[in-house]
Amino acid sequence: MIAFLIKRLLTLLLTLIGITLISFSTIHLAPGGPLSPITEFNPKITPEYREKLVKMYGLDKPFYLQYWNWLKGIVKFDFGKSFSLDQRPVWDKIKERLPVTIFINALSLILILVLSIPLGVYSAVRAGGIFDRIVTIITFIGYAMPSFWLAIILMMIFGVKLQWLPISGLHSTIGYEEMDIIQKIIDWTKHLICPIFVAVFGGIAGPLRYIRNSMYEVLKADFIIFARAKGIPEKVIIYKHALRNALLPLITILGLSLPGLIGGSVIFETIFGIPGVGQLMWQAVMARDYPVIMANLFLISFLTLLGNFLADIGYALADPRIRLEATKQ
Amino acid sequence: MKNFLKELVKNKTGIFSLTIILILIFLATFAPYLSPYDPFEINVDEILLSPSSKHPLGTDLLGRDVLSRMIYASRISLEVSLVAVGISLLIGTFLGSLAGYFGGIIDQIISRFIDIMLCFPTIFLILAVIAYLEPSILTIMIVIGATSWMGVARLVRAEILSLKERDFILIAKVYGAGTFRIIFKHLLPNTLPPILVSASLGLGQAILIESALSFLGIGVQPPIPSWGNILIEGKETLEVAWWLSIFPGLAILITVLAFTLLGETLQEILSPKKEK
Repeated sequence: MIAFLIKRLLTLLLTLIGITLISFSTIHLAPGGPLSPITEFNPKITPEYREKLVKMYGLDKPFYLQYWNWLKGIVKFDFGKSFSLDQRPVWDKIKERLPVTIFINALSLILILVLSIPLGVYSAVRAGGIFDRIVTIITFIGYAMPSFWLAIILMMIFGVKLQWLPISGLHSTIGYEEMDIIQKIIDWTKHLICPIFVAVFGGIAGPLRYIRNSMYEVLKADFIIFARAKGIPEKVIIYKHALRNALLPLITILGLSLPGLIGGSVIFETIFGIPGVGQLMWQAVMARDYPVIMANLFLISFLTLLGNFLADIGYALADPRIRLEATKQ
Repeated sequence: MKNFLKELVKNKTGIFSLTIILILIFLATFAPYLSPYDPFEINVDEILLSPSSKHPLGTDLLGRDVLSRMIYASRISLEVSLVAVGISLLIGTFLGSLAGYFGGIIDQIISRFIDIMLCFPTIFLILAVIAYLEPSILTIMIVIGATSWMGVARLVRAEILSLKERDFILIAKVYGAGTFRIIFKHLLPNTLPPILVSASLGLGQAILIESALSFLGIGVQPPIPSWGNILIEGKETLEVAWWLSIFPGLAILITVLAFTLLGETLQEILSPKKEK
């Protein structure tokens, strides 16, 4: 296990360096240099001021030095200052928004797990039946559904027509301070139902299909036939013998679906006006706030990498075959 | 190839998805003749009309006919997704075959690069790149293509890795075939089935991404119609004009569904298990 861990950690480090390199390189794609959006069309910015900005962001140095300085900064969570009018440190801006995004994504991931396992198992056990068909149709619609459209439809039905749920923000703006803790939780829940539904509906397709197919295959395996022949009750066979084996690779599947889930944050946070990093990313892109874009890109992919790493470790802990194979290579 | 088409048409899902895609191609090709109105013509007397016999899908905030705009939008979506998938197939096949054929350090570098690219949530990466470029149809095509080749690369790499040890490659080598001839003439044609499947799935995904970007205001720019940017108005007029939200979204859903189902059917037909 130790050898496996060291190997995985080394890969993690290498990938991390690659991520920082790509995140940093994007800034040099800008035509007219990274400063063009704040200097162009702005008569107040004199050549002297521009010069000062270039110095401040270190843009006069060679690429590798700029990169090295940026790296030295991010180790201390120093991502420079935002290009926007407030000129706040980028990390401050991200720090206050990260918990919301992580919270929503973690909750969605848990819901995806809780829903996809029983649904997948049930449709595999009754493969070809009506329930299985409905699940298959839902899966394909989940794949093809544009999440922003689903969000608009939900807003239309529950926000405008029925007026059951608020359509924007994380909590009410009026009277929120006076609420007690229970009222606050109810308020948050009401605001989060639609965004989380959108995230779960889009994210469940992959895992659900995976569990169904994996369970279907396992149920045909020899050891299941043997267990049946021994007269073990069907329930025990399904939930004890088959499910265990079918679920193992699910850890990896969940890890793989992480980028898509987090990527979806941009869309539902923008539509529902949720102050998370997805919304920040969109605002930064619209304002061409490069330091924020770079930092966001790096942090989100770092989180994805971390999620995948943990999934790998979890998988190896659960399945000794993986440990052995990885060490042998 | 003939057999393959026959099987595709025999398959219920296959014929269903193929029909939808053919209708879409027909609409896109003959858009100027099929759309009842000029999709760019602003008409202040006909703002936000609900669907009627005159305007089957209603009109938008500028009084333009939604049906005509949606027919023209199918052009944009198909164009963007075709070029984007073309680019991603090109990059993916190139890197995948290099990694698979040469192995060793080249494979190590390319595989690591794929892993790194896969850590970036696609939407974040695309947003980061688009922020620096002028939004145009060409930009979107290139950016979507350049950020979605990793799956293809992995597929081609794995295929070539298993194919290159087979006897017919050995024979080709013995006969003195060069590296490029082996890759292009003998190896790549054999990777065609999985590439076809992933191209079909990729077309659906590219349409989804294009419409999402257009909806976020950084994709296809108005007045050029795209299903995604019609939905921007749909969101603004949520309370009064349901038709502006419902129809474009439905178009995206059905189109993506068709490409996804076609991909699934292709996989079923082309997978070696079925050949027996």
